Amino acid sequence: MLQFELWKRVLIWAVCAAGIILSLPNAFYTRVEQANDARAAIEKTGATPALEAQAARWPSYLPSDLVNLGLDLRGGAHLLAEVRVADVYKSRMEALWPEIRDALRGERATVGTIRLQPSPDDELRIRISQPDGMAKALEVVRGLSRPIQTLSGAGSSDIVVSGQGGEITVKLSDAEKLATDDRTVRQSLEIIRRRIDEVGTREPTIQRQGSDRILIQVPGIGSAAELKAVIGTTAQLTFNPVVSRGTNPDASAGVGNKLVPAQNEPGVYYTIEAAPVVTGEELVDAQPSFDQNGRPAVSFRFNTSGARKFGDYTRDNIGSPFAIVLDDEVISAPVIQAHIAGGSGIITGNFTVEESTNLAVLLRAGALPAGLDFLEERTIGPELGQDSIDAGKLATGVAFAAVLVFMTLAYGLFGIFANIALILNVTLLFGLLSMVGATLTLPGIAGIVLTVGMAVDANVLIFERIREELKTAKGPARAIELGYEKALSAILDANITTFITAVILFAIGSGPVRGFAITLGLGLITSVFTAIYVTRLLISTWYDRRRPKTIEV
Amino acid sequence: MRLRLVPDHTSFDFFKHWKLWLGFSATLMVVALVSFLMQGLNYGIDFRGGTTIRTESTQPVDVGTYRDALTPLGLGDVLISEVFDPNFRADQHVAMIRIQAQDDQEAVSTEMVDKVEAALKGVAPDIKFVSVESVGPKVSGELIQTAVLAVALAIGAVLIYIWLRFEWQFALGAVIALVHDVLLTIGIFSELQIKFDLSIIAALLTIVGYSLNDTVVVFDRVRENLRKYKQKPLAEVLNLSINETLSRTLMTSLTTLLALISLLVLGGDVIRGFVFAMTWGVIVGTYSSIFVASAILLFLGVKRDWSKPDPKQSGNQFANIDA
Repeated sequence: MLQFELWKRVLIWAVCAAGIILSLPNAFYTRVEQANDARAAIEKTGATPALEAQAARWPSYLPSDLVNLGLDLRGGAHLLAEVRVADVYKSRMEALWPEIRDALRGERATVGTIRLQPSPDDELRIRISQPDGMAKALEVVRGLSRPIQTLSGAGSSDIVVSGQGGEITVKLSDAEKLATDDRTVRQSLEIIRRRIDEVGTREPTIQRQGSDRILIQVPGIGSAAELKAVIGTTAQLTFNPVVSRGTNPDASAGVGNKLVPAQNEPGVYYTIEAAPVVTGEELVDAQPSFDQNGRPAVSFRFNTSGARKFGDYTRDNIGSPFAIVLDDEVISAPVIQAHIAGGSGIITGNFTVEESTNLAVLLRAGALPAGLDFLEERTIGPELGQDSIDAGKLATGVAFAAVLVFMTLAYGLFGIFANIALILNVTLLFGLLSMVGATLTLPGIAGIVLTVGMAVDANVLIFERIREELKTAKGPARAIELGYEKALSAILDANITTFITAVILFAIGSGPVRGFAITLGLGLITSVFTAIYVTRLLISTWYDRRRPKTIEV
Repeated sequence: MRLRLVPDHTSFDFFKHWKLWLGFSATLMVVALVSFLMQGLNYGIDFRGGTTIRTESTQPVDVGTYRDALTPLGLGDVLISEVFDPNFRADQHVAMIRIQAQDDQEAVSTEMVDKVEAALKGVAPDIKFVSVESVGPKVSGELIQTAVLAVALAIGAVLIYIWLRFEWQFALGAVIALVHDVLLTIGIFSELQIKFDLSIIAALLTIVGYSLNDTVVVFDRVRENLRKYKQKPLAEVLNLSINETLSRTLMTSLTTLLALISLLVLGGDVIRGFVFAMTWGVIVGTYSSIFVASAILLFLGVKRDWSKPDPKQSGNQFANIDA
């Protein structure tokens, strides 16, 4: 039993060797990181001699995966945002109104005049003057509904239309709301990703959490406030017809219109039609530029359909003002001077150069379909992260040394075998962490230290058992064998129970806690492997060479 | 010569006063519970919402002037404390400022942080905010729920595992020991008013894992000895098992403590609470596996007629795995 078959020996050493090679890049962290960055830059923007030299600092035939450092170690910003999914219902309803209006106008003979009633955000209430025509009106409006294209909502349509007295109520169906929510969150995620990529930082984490939340972690960014400025702005750009201009913030806008403040004229409010002529979604490009007076501005270009709508509108409304609205604030409200064909234009406002550059980035990346509420935000300065790394390194080093010395004192030669296994254990753990791309957090470092302390437990169990067996068994070989055999059930039971808690932590925890669960869980796996295979192989190899008559453990 | 923590042969009588030990442990649990109920925990922002700011300056921290600078801002409950750590440079002065969750918003507004920074610049011109963390009340409520759920799930999962691997008496003994450890840890956090945040929950679960590890090793030996000595009274079998595993129990606790204490002293103040919880848990966990788990086992008694009498077959279920 003490003997290992050749293939097992080879396999064990191969695993150890793989662990060493995989963990190697972490020993040269900064160098490998710079080489990786250089390679990524070459792939993106082409090679330059400086980049090539930087990339060559770490040979490409060696693995280059590193353990990611968590925000608490590297510094950066963390945001948890909740998408206001209900925002979208309102814009859906606003977009639906002109469609319904036009359809019902075609049936004026039967339904009479139609009028939009004040309605909640996610409903449209329409009054018709001839209630007898209700059946026809409902038929017409229902004709505008579309089937839903999702698995769960199959067979239902996107709007629910009901009529009572002379009033038609149009709502989104529940299935459509679910599908819309999902789409909204996915769009938001995508747009946030694009915006952060435009700013360009290393390895941002952008994840969906739950049904309507998005987690954003960006290492290396100065503060959560900066991050919020990039992703928090909705950047919903619309071009709306202006109804009137006034100074009363409580003025009644009238049905189908809304009242919005002017961005750079304090106290001025515009009443605009709620349904926009064109929206920012139809932009294909936006660039910072300057207007004819040399003030910062943003120039933009529409896609074909946007250009046509914009062109038609300007042709038909020469002489009347229209508003350029960004996130419910009028940036400017010029009077249309001429038919604008070709679909490009310029937005002038009271911008600084920085603001116009930012606005262009936001417009290019697209508007967030809905607003965001920030539920959680954390900024960790890089100095604090570095302090934590330094403290963690020192503590781990001291802990490691103390355990090594202690084991040697307690178990002599066998203690040294256990120490070799312990060093391999930590190496394997780093190799595994790099391979799966895990993130090392501050509690994660504590997890490693705890693993160091507990990894020796399996060996202690075995050695103590061997000591006991030496008193009764016939000869050292048999004692070692029995020691391993009998300690095994305790080792496995003990580690499986701890592993269960690590799995629960991983499943439920988030952020640093999850980092801790990963190091703890993987650490258990490597420590069981090194304790029952590596030390045993070491002892069996040693025993085969020496054939001692007696052993002391 | 070898370092021996305990002699090769020990025959301490751990169960001479086992009722006393159980009573003692029960009293501690009651004290911890009362402290928790009366005083409550010093929850961090993870659990109650709000903002914490960690400041750093080359000038000594004067909590009074900091407070005077912040009072005009009307931020409600503001807690300021200086942080000390042996790792700090001589001119590194760190303070933690905790601001309660503001009524009308989820996370903190950027303007508020700016205002706080401007106010503090007035008393310490070179002050820097090295970390700003803010949690809205919505998330903190959920975090409490998940934390409680995590601890309960962990204990439940373990109960089931031990029940499957041993007998129900063992499972009950182990779980009572776990509850004992968790309660005592919560008790000391409430008594000393150490900040209780999400990482402490991770520590609690680790304590659950560690304490269990210890208990399982003792129980594994008890199971083995119960088969070996079919006629011996349970108290003697338990005593023998604990004595046989004593050397290992102390060795492992000591190596783990060595590692933890080095982290406690040198690991920096950011994780000190977390490491403190684990250190305390290791000590309590070692105690409880002997004086709580095993004592409960003695109290409950164990069914001695094993359905599978052959120890080779049912003894070490994993022994046939070719290691």
